[in-house]
Amino acid sequence: MDIAFVIEKFILVTIIFAISLLIAMYSTYAERKVAAFLQDRLGPDRAGPFGMFQPLADGLKMFMKEEIIPTNANKWLFMVGPGLAMLTACIGTAVIPWGSDVQIGDRIVPLQVTDINVGILYIFGVVSLGVYGVMIGGWASNNKYSLLSAIRAASQNISYEIAMGLSIIALLLVTNTMSLKEIVEQQHGWQWNIIYQPLGFLIFIICAFAETNRAPFDLPECETELIGGYHTEYSSMKLGFYLFAEYINMFVSAAVMATLYFGGYNYPGMDWVLLNAGPLFGPLIGTVVFFVKIFAFIFFFMWVRWTIPRFRYDQLMHLGWKVLIPLAIANVIITGVVIAIIEKF
Amino acid sequence: MEPLTSKKKVLEQKPLTLAERMYLPAIVKGLSVTISHIFKKEATIRYPEQEREFSTNFRGMHSLKRDEQGRERCTACGLCALSCPAEAITMIAAERKQEEKELYREEKYAAVYEINMLRCIFCGLCEEACPKEAIYLDGPIVPADYLRKDFIYGKDKLVEQPLNNNK
Repeated sequence: MDIAFVIEKFILVTIIFAISLLIAMYSTYAERKVAAFLQDRLGPDRAGPFGMFQPLADGLKMFMKEEIIPTNANKWLFMVGPGLAMLTACIGTAVIPWGSDVQIGDRIVPLQVTDINVGILYIFGVVSLGVYGVMIGGWASNNKYSLLSAIRAASQNISYEIAMGLSIIALLLVTNTMSLKEIVEQQHGWQWNIIYQPLGFLIFIICAFAETNRAPFDLPECETELIGGYHTEYSSMKLGFYLFAEYINMFVSAAVMATLYFGGYNYPGMDWVLLNAGPLFGPLIGTVVFFVKIFAFIFFFMWVRWTIPRFRYDQLMHLGWKVLIPLAIANVIITGVVIAIIEKF
Repeated sequence: MEPLTSKKKVLEQKPLTLAERMYLPAIVKGLSVTISHIFKKEATIRYPEQEREFSTNFRGMHSLKRDEQGRERCTACGLCALSCPAEAITMIAAERKQEEKELYREEKYAAVYEINMLRCIFCGLCEEACPKEAIYLDGPIVPADYLRKDFIYGKDKLVEQPLNNNK
């Protein structure tokens, strides 16, 4: 391992971290703007042109707010909760391939922090860890509503992780690899996995909504029943971390969906572009395309939030256990049978 | 409970069809409804910069009028205060001095004229009661303030600016 390798990875990690924070920041702004436009309103437009500095103002407000730790809260866990939520939200970006290899001078730089051969499992594990931030925060608050919310979050995540895992198994049958880099490379041009796995994608996106606690599955934050949910007792930047982690989660799951089902940085006509744009800018155009896909998914998340009402808790469990899991199993079986038949003939 | 009316509507509750149970067609329909609103005109405006047009009979802040020579029209007869259902108007009358002929039209004028904007209901009865056409509710919306005392508007805020053309 040479020093250039360390520097290269360090720069890449820093850039990705900065970008995911920036996108999370502007997702809060975009969420409010999208909500406004869908409801025939104007949205925030006071801070800066078109309200562009609204996230900065919100962040500043969060920092200036009084920090309150409830007397009966478990202080240590109360502080760990938001940090953990933020950490687990951020580390998911490590295995996502942001673009094909870039050539700078005679050095080939992969636009992926690490290409571990079980990339999907890693993502899956990180997503499962995400619920710990919520659970620890809800439990440490020593508040009944927070605890109820934490229980909801935990049971919801467990229920939907199964269906999500099964939908990924069907995808793995098609791709024959767990490395995200290879999965993306297989989807060259327009041969995106969505063509082979439409049902799998549908299950995956529904589960992604549930895993990120987004509407219509935002029961842990159900204001009408649980005040604020797990972050009822939180204030100041700790609350900000929780809200922020949700947007980073959204960004990461949008990136994962774009990677797994929508070809990552592949797009029709990419060979011609790669040939003409050179070894540095060709891959970067792919990265831009990838981010366009991510933004489209983030918009879809918001669009759904401002359309569909929240599920009732029993409906949520019904959908998870009695609909999605059987459907995902059927999807695995059908995929397996079709692949077996194709290989036979 | 006894039914209050004789009207009766029996709700038909059929079991959901497969398409309805899948939710997805309904969700797609809902999404198409919301996306169509992006292209519609906003119902809201950028308020302090833009203002909505008031209707022609809008009643806003009061103003005490002057006549064509720039003299105050009010003669402190007290009919506005009498007609006011909210008892928002108080005034103290005074006799016009010889040298004040340029300032007040009638021999008697209002030395103090106060309207409590927190009491006022903007009904416009003062406007109707005034025999001298001295008060009109033709101003803008009364602005917000912090203290109750600041809502008691005196002559400094109510009397309209003198015309400058006959100077």
